[in-house]
Amino acid sequence: MKTVAQFAIGYEQLLDAGGRICGELPPFASDAGQMRRMYEMMVLCRLFDTKAINLQRTGRLGTYAPCTGHEATHVAVGAAMRPEDVLCPVYREYGTQIWRGVTLTEILTYWAGDERGCNFAGPREDFPWCVPIGSQTPHAAGVAMAFKIRQQPRCAVAYIGDGGTSQGAFHEALNLAGAQRLPAVFVVVNNGWAISVPAAEQTAAETFAQKGLGNGVPGVQVDGNDVIAVRKVMQQALDKARGGGGPTVIEAVTYRLSDHTTADDASRYRPAAELEAAWQREPLLRTRQYLTQQGWWDDAREAALRAECTAQIDVAVQGYQSRVMPGVDFMFEHLFAHPPAALRDQQDIARQYGAGEAH
Amino acid sequence: MPRVTLVEGINLALARALSDDPDVVLIGEDIGVNGGVFRATLGLQQRFGKLRVQDTPLAEGLIAGMAVGMASQGLRTVAEIQFMGFLYPALDQIANHMARLRNRTRGRLCCPVVIRMPHGGGIHAPEHHSESLEVLLCHHAGLRVVCPSSPARAYGLLLAAIREPDPVMFLEPTRLYRLAKQDVVDDGKALALDAAVVLREGDDVTLVTWGAMVHDTLRAAEQLMQEKISCEVIDLSSLSPIDHDTILESVSHTGRLVIVHEAARNIGLGAEIAATVAEKALYDLLAPIVRVTGYDTVMPYFALERAYIPSVARIADAARQTLQDSP
Repeated sequence: MKTVAQFAIGYEQLLDAGGRICGELPPFASDAGQMRRMYEMMVLCRLFDTKAINLQRTGRLGTYAPCTGHEATHVAVGAAMRPEDVLCPVYREYGTQIWRGVTLTEILTYWAGDERGCNFAGPREDFPWCVPIGSQTPHAAGVAMAFKIRQQPRCAVAYIGDGGTSQGAFHEALNLAGAQRLPAVFVVVNNGWAISVPAAEQTAAETFAQKGLGNGVPGVQVDGNDVIAVRKVMQQALDKARGGGGPTVIEAVTYRLSDHTTADDASRYRPAAELEAAWQREPLLRTRQYLTQQGWWDDAREAALRAECTAQIDVAVQGYQSRVMPGVDFMFEHLFAHPPAALRDQQDIARQYGAGEAH
Repeated sequence: MPRVTLVEGINLALARALSDDPDVVLIGEDIGVNGGVFRATLGLQQRFGKLRVQDTPLAEGLIAGMAVGMASQGLRTVAEIQFMGFLYPALDQIANHMARLRNRTRGRLCCPVVIRMPHGGGIHAPEHHSESLEVLLCHHAGLRVVCPSSPARAYGLLLAAIREPDPVMFLEPTRLYRLAKQDVVDDGKALALDAAVVLREGDDVTLVTWGAMVHDTLRAAEQLMQEKISCEVIDLSSLSPIDHDTILESVSHTGRLVIVHEAARNIGLGAEIAATVAEKALYDLLAPIVRVTGYDTVMPYFALERAYIPSVARIADAARQTLQDSP
């Protein structure tokens, strides 16, 4: 028997868990401003997460999907994308979204049960959060198809989790993107857990990156807690896609340091020792160590940053808490550009009974 | 003025839309060189190129999902699902995303998508090729569901559907594709999407139906005329939203209502129409409402499909029954 195909999956890491350089750094890593900006965004995400969880615990927010542990991947993807690219997120990639102009108030408004949070003032063409798992990936393929048809040098980026890669939609989207060489990048955030099911039970594949290969799409694995490495591979994938080279799967290996959502209790299924070990690899500390080694960061800057982030978050909390609550007409608005006449009777009933009874 | 079949009327409308608007793009399985399994897209790829008339991989969920992405960028995407029995994998995208994107982004993004699909049986097709699944679509807010009954209506309704900024599910009655020819003016004029049409005026009983059943119902009305039973026949045309006003107006005149559909009876559209007439016009009724529908069985393989699809005799008997049941 002859071999007709072979594969290998590369792994990129440039900054180890101790903040030590362990590979050839890309040019942006020598730019103090760019590196500081990424670190600052990571800290903002971490503090925002803590605040949002607290808001949920005190009854001021609905179920919330935390991002703690994922900050390097999310921020690096945001930094590598261009504003004119389009993001199809899952529901916890705040670092990418904030980088692209989604506001903290919009994020809180959404998780407070109010779809107005999806009406981003900044990235107008980005998709809103996507709750049905994996179903955002065909959207990215479709957006990329529109870019191809119109010959626009833009890219679509879809996120998906390790669990999401089990969905047929993911493979269908990859298959199309490969067959049509679409300008798309699929970022698999492997955080180890799909709610309570560990990645090892999700698939027999050694990596999630190789799930692209069966669909003719190359894949690469990267340390998802290494902001420099993620931005580098993301940049390469976007450059390739923009240049007509087709799609890429990037598997960012990270860890969900939080519960799946605030409605979840990971201690029911996840060994404490595993979580403890994962904290030793978390992304913020190593980034700060790198910045400190370069002479770009110190305790005073850290204190100032945290104060600034806290103030920014407080303003956002004020923003969503002081919003005018949606009235019943809200349900009937924006269903159609040309609403059918039949809906008016139901709207009249809704108006008559108003907001309903509290349970 | 060309005399065309229903499928040729669809082809004319697609060609017109592609010519008029560079943002119109067609996607689907075998719609390119092959022109679609029913030839609805015949010759269009040659005229408009492989990017605007595009063969997709064989995955209905993908077709609906990529349509959402393309439409979010402003492409008026017309997707073909080869047979309605293959709609199921696409429902996740249609219900969770296509129907909701405008609402959940508060109008920021929308889905100008048309999904065309054959509807109903009667052409001796394989299993899963003959279903009438309109209720699966009608139940979802944010969608329009349309079903033409003639070549001219197919042409005008499809143009309207493509120009609509929201998703329209366009059900094409399979056994009408080549049943009869009609003069169709290729003038680019669209028909109203949300309106039912009175195809035949009458005084004794209102017959409401849509799609291929329109023809059997008209034949029943013709037969009944010889018994001096005068039927008003309404082509519902818009399955969602339903034009209840046209039905109510007719029932207030005739006092009797028969609803005819090929889809199964249980929770079919007939139930919705009957409930609305009961709520709004019970005292106009001279007799109980009768439904003539497919049975609550699996849509049988073709050896028995004619036993499943309501016949002219069943429709006529139902109309007679409403006269016997009333004073």
